[in-house]
Amino acid sequence: MTKAVDILTRPVLEVSDLHVRFPASRNWLGRPTSHVHAVNGVTLTVSAGKSLGIVGESGCGKSTLAQAIIGLAPYGEGRVAIDGEDFQKAEGKRKRALRQKMQIVFQDPQSSLDRRLPVWRLISEPLHIRGGHSRAELRAKAEELAVAVGLRPEHLDRLPHEFSGGQRQRIAIARAISTDPELMVLDEPTSALDVSVQAQIINLLLKLQRERGLTYLLISHDVALVRHFCDDVAVMYLGQIVESGPADAVLSNPRHPYTQTLLAAAPSFESPLPDIAQVRAGELPNNRNLPDGCFYRQRCDRIGGGCEVGQVLRRLSESARHVRCHLAQT
Amino acid sequence: MMMTTGTAEPRGQALAINNLSLEFPTFSGAVKALDNVSINVAKAEVVGIVGESGCGKSVTTMAATGLLPKGRYHITGGNVRLFGHSTLSMDDSQLQDLRGKVVSTIFQEPMNALNPTIRIGRQLTDVIMRHEEIGLVEARRVARDILADMLIGEPERVMNLYPFELSGGMRQRVLIAMAFSCNPGLIIADEPTTALDVTVQAVILRLIQNRARRTGTAVVFISHNVAVVSQLCDRLYVMYAGRIVEHGATRSVLETPQHPYTQALLRCLPERVAPKQDLEAIPGAVPNLLQPPAGCYFQPRCKEAVEQCRSRSPQLAGEGGQQVACWRRGVAAELPGQGGRQ
Amino acid sequence: MSAITPTDPVATRRSRPFTDRLRYLWYLSRRSPLTLVGVAIILAVLVMIVAAPWLAPYNPDKVSLTSRLLPPSSAHWFGTDEVGRDLFSRVIFGARASCGAAFMIVLISTAVGVLIGCFSGVVGGRVDTAIMRLMDVVLALPALVLAMALAAALGPSLFNSMLAVAIVRIPAYVRLARGQTLSLREQVFVKASRTYGASPFYILRWHILPNATSPIIVQATLDLGGVVLIAAALSFIGLGAQPPTAEWGALVSSGRSYMLDQWWYATFPGLAILITAMGCNLVGDGIRDMLDPRLRGR
Repeated sequence: MTKAVDILTRPVLEVSDLHVRFPASRNWLGRPTSHVHAVNGVTLTVSAGKSLGIVGESGCGKSTLAQAIIGLAPYGEGRVAIDGEDFQKAEGKRKRALRQKMQIVFQDPQSSLDRRLPVWRLISEPLHIRGGHSRAELRAKAEELAVAVGLRPEHLDRLPHEFSGGQRQRIAIARAISTDPELMVLDEPTSALDVSVQAQIINLLLKLQRERGLTYLLISHDVALVRHFCDDVAVMYLGQIVESGPADAVLSNPRHPYTQTLLAAAPSFESPLPDIAQVRAGELPNNRNLPDGCFYRQRCDRIGGGCEVGQVLRRLSESARHVRCHLAQT
Repeated sequence: MMMTTGTAEPRGQALAINNLSLEFPTFSGAVKALDNVSINVAKAEVVGIVGESGCGKSVTTMAATGLLPKGRYHITGGNVRLFGHSTLSMDDSQLQDLRGKVVSTIFQEPMNALNPTIRIGRQLTDVIMRHEEIGLVEARRVARDILADMLIGEPERVMNLYPFELSGGMRQRVLIAMAFSCNPGLIIADEPTTALDVTVQAVILRLIQNRARRTGTAVVFISHNVAVVSQLCDRLYVMYAGRIVEHGATRSVLETPQHPYTQALLRCLPERVAPKQDLEAIPGAVPNLLQPPAGCYFQPRCKEAVEQCRSRSPQLAGEGGQQVACWRRGVAAELPGQGGRQ
Repeated sequence: MSAITPTDPVATRRSRPFTDRLRYLWYLSRRSPLTLVGVAIILAVLVMIVAAPWLAPYNPDKVSLTSRLLPPSSAHWFGTDEVGRDLFSRVIFGARASCGAAFMIVLISTAVGVLIGCFSGVVGGRVDTAIMRLMDVVLALPALVLAMALAAALGPSLFNSMLAVAIVRIPAYVRLARGQTLSLREQVFVKASRTYGASPFYILRWHILPNATSPIIVQATLDLGGVVLIAAALSFIGLGAQPPTAEWGALVSSGRSYMLDQWWYATFPGLAILITAMGCNLVGDGIRDMLDPRLRGR
């Protein structure tokens, strides 16, 4: 267990002050005239072997954050570092090496697997692209990975459409672990699946984490899942983290008004349907023109003096928790 | 909480589906989508149908309201009565009259159900005027009132917008308004909040509940999310692979589930398990309804299966309002006429 | 429709063996008898092309001045022409020139068009814009005018007119292939591939081309019918196959002058053109319907 010690302290993923925006409209010269501000200054760290959950509603920027981290969405401001190395700035060989260290699992395995390629080819695609393996080696490696995620060797020559949703997600996971990554970005990996299958996939991911010391960044809208799966949680609203900290503490005793609303609205056996006033039906503000002051001001019920200035993520005195609300600083 | 009505006492039926069996003919053979499905909904009652994708929960209500594409399916047994009308023998124009006025359906994806080229107000008044003999001015007033009832801030302004100018949650509210606009006796809500965020979902569920209570409308709520159903429904049916496996008052089914499938379904939710512990997943996958397994359809994935389960299909039975289809729970009768006409 | 078509619950479906696939094709075509008619026509034309020497009762070029312009009879099913050649034999041999030309045209324009289209879609940016504008220019040229220009420059021949028609057809395939490329480029599996560091060429080779073939094949089959007509039209106005080559368009053209008294001369080659074009369209429609995902699995 000597390895476990230095794992605990070493950050695998560091994101600092990340801003991602997309051109929303262009003038006739092709220059952007307005932008969609998807991610507005996100800073987070995930230590080796830990899981961080990003929770938020659609449009809060959590998927864009995942895409920026994995290199699918270019960003202008901020820094994403894998094992201390800036990914976007890296070039050539270094970049290729960094790529192997992180992998993504997408939401819908139906669309994330090319329906014309057989399973062994799908699983070994990252290695095939990296090059330097013979066909037989790729196949052998694919077989080993398939077994690791609970598929059978005879599945290797079949096409994705011959599998159920859960098995397809296993194929996608096998593909993701093929390069022996340190960080796995899980973008709603179970929301396209039925609950009974979700449980199989969650168990598989937990098992892989225990066996391989994987670090997870889980993007999800399911609060119960994040509470179960993650060590830490960050709640996002309009491209900002509004609250973060240990998953259990944040989700059982939320301090930011938005987190409170989100938890009250989440369907649960234990509680009745919330009143409409309790979930404040307001719409997400337009992320083309970011609001002044606190981003949550229009929907907040505790609004008072101090909300008209932009809020910063401050550490709560007693713990590892951070909240972006001046009213929660007690 | 929502248990005010208790289990169904004979107040008059809104919807009575009796032993409905249905097949989809395909190249590889007949897919037995429904097998002896019986669902009863009393007037002013909120009933849930829970099950995983492909279990037949949508097919049941679509067949009952004549929404399945003609010629693509065979009813192999059973009957449906909707406020006394036998819908299975109706032709298109009779069904058209029924839909909207007697029964309305709210679907999952609100964008597909609205015409993108017509303003919201016009679409609402069209529906209202088709079923009620009132003029345009009056219809607009009704539309405005019902939009306000859905907590839409400026109904006049919204009525002049096109569907794409509204957010998903707003569109779904408009559709609910449309469904309620002719005061139907029954609303079928087919996963109406699955595409929406939880805060929007909570509001939509409340709106459906409030309006239904006030107007005495019966609601059939279809969902894969047990938690949502538990918050909304008086009674619920659990479906698996085209059969009903358990039925009863929501509280009792969720607190004391009887069928191994219901039990497993509730146990595999992360809500009730300590963090990082393995969830109790149900092994395997849903059966292929082209060649369903012999006996109980859940038997290949069931921990308790015995010889009897592998050869004969149990019929739904039970006392005290909670019914279960499982040999291991004291059921005595076999499911009648396997796919055949009765 | 997903609620209605029970496709997913199938856990581990085996690949269908080959005979099963044939049976499946038969099942699909039985649902549209017109496709079967189309397939029958195409098969008949193919047989004519391959087995022309055995099917034709006479040498198509054998002149017999004693039997000029005979009406259809048991000896000459389609009658004879102004120098006594057997029209039935000439129509059968004509299939080679007419359909061969049409096939070549479609093949050339598909190959070139798909290549340009995929390249354009993958590279994007200014190159893409330039290529697409060039294609707009080509698209503006009428096939017949270009064929006439080429004929004027290089002399009339079947090859030159084929070239002209093929060039004019290219933009349609460029657009189709580019559209496919652009939409496939946004697919999640292509994005996944990009995160593994795949080059544009890798993505083109392994993801875009294999997934773009179906719609292109449909387009090509549908096009075949139209091209048969155009190739015949070019020969009809004298820009295509030159006499004495037996070609349907040319046959109609020379039969034109005898239209009123010797109706069979122009009619039978004309019918051959009509039926072949129709067959191609029926098959194209049929394939398109079969590939329609909404019909899958039924």
